[in-house]
Amino acid sequence: MSVGETEPRPAAVKAVPVRHPGRWVAGVAVAVLAAMLINNLVTNEAYNWAEQLKYLFSPAVLGGVRNTIWLTVAAMVGGVVLGIMLALMRLSANPLLRGAAWLYIWVFRGTPLFTQLLIWGNIGALFPTLGLGIPFGPEFVTAQTNALYSAAAAAALGLIFNEAAYMAEIVRGGIQSVDEGQQEAASALGLTRPQTLRRIILPQAMRVIAPPTGNEAISMLKNTALVAAIPYLELTFTVQNIYSHTYQIIPMLVMACLWYLFLSSIMMIGQHYLERYYGKGYSR
Amino acid sequence: MSEQTDMPMGDLMVKAEQVCKNFGHVEVLKGIDLQVRQGEVMCVVGPSGSGKSTFLRCINHLEKIDAGRLWVDGHLVGYRQRGDKLYELREKEVAAQRRDIGMVFQRFNLFPHMTALQNVMEAPILVKGESRDAAKARAEQLMERVGLSDRMGNYPSQLSGGQQQRVAIARALAMQPKLMLFDEPTSALDPELVGEVLDVMRDLAREGMTMVVVTHEMGFAREVGDSLVFMDGGVVVEQGVPREVLANPQHARTQAFLSKVL
Ligand SMILES: Nc1ncnc2c1ncn2[C@@H]1O[C@H](COP(=O)(O)OP(=O)(O)O)[C@@H](O)[C@H]1O
Ligand SMILES: [Mg+2]
Repeated sequence: MSVGETEPRPAAVKAVPVRHPGRWVAGVAVAVLAAMLINNLVTNEAYNWAEQLKYLFSPAVLGGVRNTIWLTVAAMVGGVVLGIMLALMRLSANPLLRGAAWLYIWVFRGTPLFTQLLIWGNIGALFPTLGLGIPFGPEFVTAQTNALYSAAAAAALGLIFNEAAYMAEIVRGGIQSVDEGQQEAASALGLTRPQTLRRIILPQAMRVIAPPTGNEAISMLKNTALVAAIPYLELTFTVQNIYSHTYQIIPMLVMACLWYLFLSSIMMIGQHYLERYYGKGYSR
Repeated sequence: MSEQTDMPMGDLMVKAEQVCKNFGHVEVLKGIDLQVRQGEVMCVVGPSGSGKSTFLRCINHLEKIDAGRLWVDGHLVGYRQRGDKLYELREKEVAAQRRDIGMVFQRFNLFPHMTALQNVMEAPILVKGESRDAAKARAEQLMERVGLSDRMGNYPSQLSGGQQQRVAIARALAMQPKLMLFDEPTSALDPELVGEVLDVMRDLAREGMTMVVVTHEMGFAREVGDSLVFMDGGVVVEQGVPREVLANPQHARTQAFLSKVL
């Protein structure tokens, strides 16, 4: 039979589609709930949208937003750097380094961040003076902890030390996900271990590390609210201060949530591009 | 003090004396004696698990040998000898030794986050401190030499297996090695892609490169190889001129193996 011959095409399939009554019920239920929510947002005066607008860009709130942002950035940068060090310790051939990293992660992941932050806020009681010197020997420089130490430092250190424990496990998983042949190929070319790590292993591990790190960063944005425990004036503590004299509690808290939503949305966009950047060479 | 690290080897590129390697309690190499002359193409064949890959990996110190001695280009691999005492080389010194030994793997092991050209440029820049421009110029030449000048901007995932292996060869050549090690370079390839890789290797041999090639391509061994080594159970069972060994194997184990693969 030759290919060019025109044959009658088979009849198209015409069938009655399966009905999904459940979807209709669920759809209606969601629509009703959405209508109720919108109605509530518009008619419920407790939101006091005018009050929110009044404070949305006030200097105090903007100051709180700024502190929230820098804390998030500092905690993630510090957490990633310290986390990479801990991950390398965990993968080291030296059992002492491995054990130390394991202990660190055990402590910082096994206790609540809120409690850790309270301790950082009171660190002066634990270490009244800080000094530089020989361990167990004389100190050359000594200073009062509380003189060196600010609420900002306590907040940043508390978040960094906690985040590092989580990042260490993420980084370790990423490094272990890289095929062993990569290390071999790099060694065979004469690359040293640090060169291999920096140019070959970590860039590939980033593909595995980037998505959970993005999630960590978004969690961190929200966890900064906990440094009110220290106390440090980030966004949530700022609006608490405002409503403690205006008594507009719900409007201020909702306004803070709008700020957090705005910031986390920007981070989600950043996360998308980060993942795309580190995924290069893998698509198609 | 007498430094015996280097030893005059005449025109020998590789000299192995009673090389042994254990993994735990398993003896994988049981005293390998081999010599590869400069410009020689040595093909190594043998059943799976006979220690061929392990021996190749010992040559560039990806594995530490447990007994015996191994020299490449007159240098003891991985150690320095003073008197009759051996000192392990530092990581940096081992890396420096490896520069002169290129290796091509069964599974290519290209760097997937870099384009083909970047794969070839990377080591000369990092290891030899070459300028970007110089490294790029040579990488482009090498890509042309392996017939891939139109693929330089592609990532490995966008290349066929045969193309990837040719990039891997170019990557190894970019370090201007004195010796090339091939570990079953065509075993992971679809049959129709084997030829293009063997062609590149044949050209390399013709230009005088010293090569140790673990392979199951008996046609290549016969045509290109200067010598053929048959390994089994961690020892060299038989070696000689490829045509003769293939046509007229002396040892029963060689005969049994060849009757299965030919
Ligand atoms: N890293 C390793 N750890 C333990 N055993 C290994 C390792 N590498 C190879 N072996 C063992 O050594 C033997 C020889 O392996 P190999 O050199 O890869 O053989 P071939 O390349 O000839 O197939 C095999 O039995 C293999 O299981
Ligand atoms: Mg093998």
